[in-house]
Amino acid sequence: MSVANHVASHYSYWVTVVLMVAGLFIVIARGNLVKKLIGLSIFQTSVYLLYIAPGKLIGGTAPIVAEGFRIYSNPLPHVLILTAIVVGVATLALGLAIVVRIREAYRSIEEDEILAADRDGEDRA
Amino acid sequence: MTLAHLPALVVVVPLIAAPLTLLLRRPGVAWGIATAACAFSFAAALLLAAEVALHGPVSYHIGSWPPPWGIEYRLDVLNAFVLVLVSGVAAAVAPYAWRSVAAEMPGDRVYLFYTMFCLCVAGLLGMAATGDAFNLFVFMEIASLSSYVLIALGRDRRALLAAYQYLVLGTIGATFYVIGVGLLYLMTGTLNIADIAERLPQVRGTRPVLAALAFITVGVSLKLALFPLHLWLPNAYTYAPSAVTALLAATATKVQVYVLLRFYFGIFGLKLVTETLPMPEILLALSVVAIVTASLVALWQADLKRLFAYSSVAQIGYITLGISMASKDGLTAAVVHLFNHGITKGALFLLIGGIAWRVQRAGFDRLRGLGRSMPITSLGIVIAGLSLIGVPGTAGFVSKWYLVLGAIEAGRWWLAAFIVATSLIAVAYVWRFVEAAYLSAPGERTPGRGEPPLAMLLPAWLMVAACVYFGFDTSFTVGTARRAAALMLGEAP
Repeated sequence: MSVANHVASHYSYWVTVVLMVAGLFIVIARGNLVKKLIGLSIFQTSVYLLYIAPGKLIGGTAPIVAEGFRIYSNPLPHVLILTAIVVGVATLALGLAIVVRIREAYRSIEEDEILAADRDGEDRA
Repeated sequence: MTLAHLPALVVVVPLIAAPLTLLLRRPGVAWGIATAACAFSFAAALLLAAEVALHGPVSYHIGSWPPPWGIEYRLDVLNAFVLVLVSGVAAAVAPYAWRSVAAEMPGDRVYLFYTMFCLCVAGLLGMAATGDAFNLFVFMEIASLSSYVLIALGRDRRALLAAYQYLVLGTIGATFYVIGVGLLYLMTGTLNIADIAERLPQVRGTRPVLAALAFITVGVSLKLALFPLHLWLPNAYTYAPSAVTALLAATATKVQVYVLLRFYFGIFGLKLVTETLPMPEILLALSVVAIVTASLVALWQADLKRLFAYSSVAQIGYITLGISMASKDGLTAAVVHLFNHGITKGALFLLIGGIAWRVQRAGFDRLRGLGRSMPITSLGIVIAGLSLIGVPGTAGFVSKWYLVLGAIEAGRWWLAAFIVATSLIAVAYVWRFVEAAYLSAPGERTPGRGEPPLAMLLPAWLMVAACVYFGFDTSFTVGTARRAAALMLGEAP
């Protein structure tokens, strides 16, 4: 019972951990450059949750200084994560742009084929 | 009036220069703006370092919001020193880029190089200047994203793959860092570095704080290329354009070392880092392995640029070795080596860029007999190489001296012997260049007589001169490093 309670009361952390590990696993295990970037994005997204979930208080309002507003949710994590989302989008865009260039140069986006192409190139040189 | 805003201007000027170069498009104009911005930052950093040395830490409140609510730029002895290194190297690389980049990039895209160059410099300076842990992450990403682009600009198609690998590993590193900062924020409710340090004792030793320490250590170690997290570095340095390699090798990893020092000694504190988790032991083991393996791998490289890239991994090992001692001499050595290795590697990669300007690539088959066809460049590489080894009379000697002192002070004689012995491997890989350039007959791929243009030689030789100068006059480097070490250990200087 207590374990179930623990999982239920901390479920946002569990979701964070699962996303984090899943994302990182995709980055490591996949050889396709686009799939790697998708994994990277999932990994980054888990951090958004890590920041935002603890900022919310059940029954909390926006931080308003007036009568009747006693409990409020912390707005700062949202601001931080807006910045982190922008960073994440920029990273993904840049990563995909580089993958496009890699495909133009190597005619492939599979890591093992690209590495093999470079090895052949070195043998000839 | 303007002087009061210098801590912000040192970062903001290159940051504003970036979009200006993008809008004005003309390569010459873009180069002029970038060079002027870097020169301004260097002058500002020197002024700030003098101010900090005379009157103690400088605090600047962005938008006049008082900390811990607003973002604070806080300069003390340590980060003013890092600012001088970064802006100084940038101010030397920017004029060098004029001819080097023109030769290595299609003319219609040259202005984009300067946009990224300014962004990268602004990001690195911002990381050093800021006193806010999340702001540091944003600057880290500005510096990283622009350096991925800069690396991808290399001529070889392998530069693209190197940039991709660096992007993936760099993003994992930065995300680990931001997870660590998030955990710290959860526990302390603040992002201001000084404020976190103040509130941390109440929650010291709790599991989220320890997890934050671990996440930040791994994340920053990835970025500073601590063995075995260095895999992105050799390819990135080898295939990037010459000017980019010089800038990144001299500054990017060094700023990350600063971040590690700031978090270890400015936030977590010596006690937590050394007693609760076995951080010094882990750092010591990794540094020792880094120095030996990377130096040995460097020995077998067929390309001079790649050789010195592996040597960078080994030299970072010496810096983290100093950190692992966590003593005054050890930290002094780490901070001095951070600076000395920065200028040494900057000089080497600028000179190698000169070879690349003549013959595309600095493969050893093209270096035979180089001492006769490019005497000025070759002599510079030898002098900077001596500094890399740590020969007395060069900057490298000073940092090795303090490392050995730190090892002896800790009663680790084997470590002192190890530091001296591994310098011999550096002798061996520098000797490979000497043998090729001076003792071999010119091969068919050796370039004919001639040097790179003065615009490239002069900045490179300024850095070489700095390597020798800081080997004799250590009052700036060692003096600052000792005070920074005292500050980190919480002693009176």
